Amino acid sequence: MRAAVIVFPGSNCDRDMAVALKAAGADVSMVWHKDASLPDGVDLVAVPGGFSFGDYLRCGAIAAQSPICKAVVAHAERGGYVLGVCNGFQVLTETGLLPGALMRNANLKFICKAVDLKVETSASAFTEGYNAGDMVGYPVAHHDGNYTVDEANLAALKGEDRIAFTYGDNPNGSVADIAGVLSKNRRVLGMMPHPERAVDAGHGGTDGQALFRGLIGEFAQA
Amino acid sequence: MKARVHVMLKNGVLDPQGEAVRHALGSLGFDGVEGVRQGKVIELDLADGTSEATIGEMCEKLLANTVIESYRVEVL
Repeated sequence: MRAAVIVFPGSNCDRDMAVALKAAGADVSMVWHKDASLPDGVDLVAVPGGFSFGDYLRCGAIAAQSPICKAVVAHAERGGYVLGVCNGFQVLTETGLLPGALMRNANLKFICKAVDLKVETSASAFTEGYNAGDMVGYPVAHHDGNYTVDEANLAALKGEDRIAFTYGDNPNGSVADIAGVLSKNRRVLGMMPHPERAVDAGHGGTDGQALFRGLIGEFAQA
Repeated sequence: MKARVHVMLKNGVLDPQGEAVRHALGSLGFDGVEGVRQGKVIELDLADGTSEATIGEMCEKLLANTVIESYRVEVL
C-alpha cells in the first residue's frame, strides 16, 4: 500500500504520521505542499497535524488552497483514501471534502491530553479494526477542535452512520460530541485526536495501531 | 481602489471569544453589556475597476468560511 504524507510549512505531525504508517506496513512518501501532483500509485493521502501556515486567516484555510490540495481533492473524488488528523481535519473541512468546520474550543484553551473516544462505526477501512462501541484512548492537542456543522449535514452524518468517533467526555464543545467524521463514500476520515501518537508502547498506549493496520489491511486483501 | 471586508460568525453560531470579552468587560465594572461578537476586518488594496463580484468571489473562496461565517464588503 502506497501512502503519501503532505508536508506544509508548519506541519509538525508529518513524521509521526509517516512512522505510524510505515510501522503498519505502508510504503510512505513525503510530499511538499508546492507539488501539484501526488506520486504515482498512491492509495492513501495523510494530511497531518500541525499549524500549517501559522493558522493564519483560519486553521487550514491557506493550506486548503495550496497546489497539492487540488491533487488531494482530485484523489478523493476518484475514490482514493484520505486521512486528515487535527490540522489535517481542519484542512479537509476547508477544502469541502468533509462537511462542517472546526471552531475555537468552547473553553478557549489549548487542550493537550489523552482522551477516551468511542468508536461509533466499524464500517470503514479506518475503523474496521475496532468494534462499534469500543472505547479507545488517543491524545488530543488542539486549540480549534470545536466541530460544528449545520443541522441538515448533522442529520446526514447521523443517518448515514458517518460519525466515526465521539468523545467520552467532550473536551472542546463539539456538536454531538463528534471527534471524527467520514465522507459519503466512507474513504475520507477527518478527526481531531491523534491515532499516530498512540501506536507505540512508549506513547503510553497503542490503541491507534488498529486504525493503521485496518487501513493497510484493506489493500492487502485487494 | 480599496475595499474592506468584514467577517463575522453567523448569527446563531456561538462565539466563545466574544463571550469571554463580555465577561471581562463585566469584571471591569461595565454593567449592561448584553452581548459581544468578535469578527475580523480585512483591507484589500485592489487594481482600479475590480468588480464587487470579484471581491465576493474572494470572500467565498478564501476570506470567509461560509459554513460558520458571514461577510460584508465595503468598497472605499
